[in-house]
Amino acid sequence: MVEWSEKERSIINNIFSNLDYEDVGAKALIRCLIVYPWTQRYFASFGNLYNAEAISANPKVAAHGVKVLHGLDRAVKNMDNIKATYAELSVLHSEKLHVDPDNFKVHKHLLLLSFNKMISNAFSIPLQLLSDCLTIVIAGKLGSAFTPEVQAAFQKFVAVVVSALGKQYH
Amino acid sequence: ITMSLSAKDKDIVKAFWAKVSGREQDIGSEAVARMLAVYPQTKTYFSHWKDLSPGSAPVRKHGGIVMAAVTDAVSKMDDLKGGLLKLSELHAFTLRVDPANFKILAHSLIVVLATVFSSDFTPEVHMAVDKFLTAVARALSEKYR
Repeated sequence: MVEWSEKERSIINNIFSNLDYEDVGAKALIRCLIVYPWTQRYFASFGNLYNAEAISANPKVAAHGVKVLHGLDRAVKNMDNIKATYAELSVLHSEKLHVDPDNFKVHKHLLLLSFNKMISNAFSIPLQLLSDCLTIVIAGKLGSAFTPEVQAAFQKFVAVVVSALGKQYH
Repeated sequence: ITMSLSAKDKDIVKAFWAKVSGREQDIGSEAVARMLAVYPQTKTYFSHWKDLSPGSAPVRKHGGIVMAAVTDAVSKMDDLKGGLLKLSELHAFTLRVDPANFKILAHSLIVVLATVFSSDFTPEVHMAVDKFLTAVARALSEKYR
């Protein structure tokens, strides 16, 4: 179980209650796709991602970024049990990313499980990259108010979320 | 992982570093302060300091030294391996800093740049600086083994 001090809870609640989701969510995902271009592999259906300008102007990217950021709301409200909060969301991600098992006739169920596990393990790395970009976008918005103490609390929070999302298949 | 710096990356880093000029002391000490606060395991390398809090004299001094070295590396971007040879030997044989910490300091520095430069720290600048700091870390690791 992750322990949170009163100060940490207050920092996290403060950040999220004053957050411009439309702006920060979009910017975080846009930044991730530009700074770590290999993460574009998860967004093949999003259309034009050819360069930084295209990514920055892509409405699907912006919309998804906002959606992902709102996905953190549950964790903010349930800081004492983030792992359980994301049990279903983790399954959702895994099922969307898995290879279609209809292509394999033999041992379909076992293959589905092993692909899901492989993908949930692989998903942790791009999630870390996105969370780094989110940290940096928020740092840019808050400026000196994003003190080392605030950064530590925020990174701890996001790390717990990333861990909860990646751990569902162990 | 080293992804070579393109000519464009180098230009972006140099242009951005012109903005950094004159603020190395503040930026460097903020980066070190953050590293110590956010990644407390890094304090192990500074057990000889009296005070590890943000803004303390040893943190400010060290931040200035580190940032001056990074700025120097900007001028040596075309041959980081050769340019940082002595520094690599220092880190490898004397300081014996685990190279995993280079990434931690780089992230801390990038966060500071974001807080200081805000919208000027665009995704394109972020990427170029990230690549540059990775290349610096690579050059610093050269003499380790």
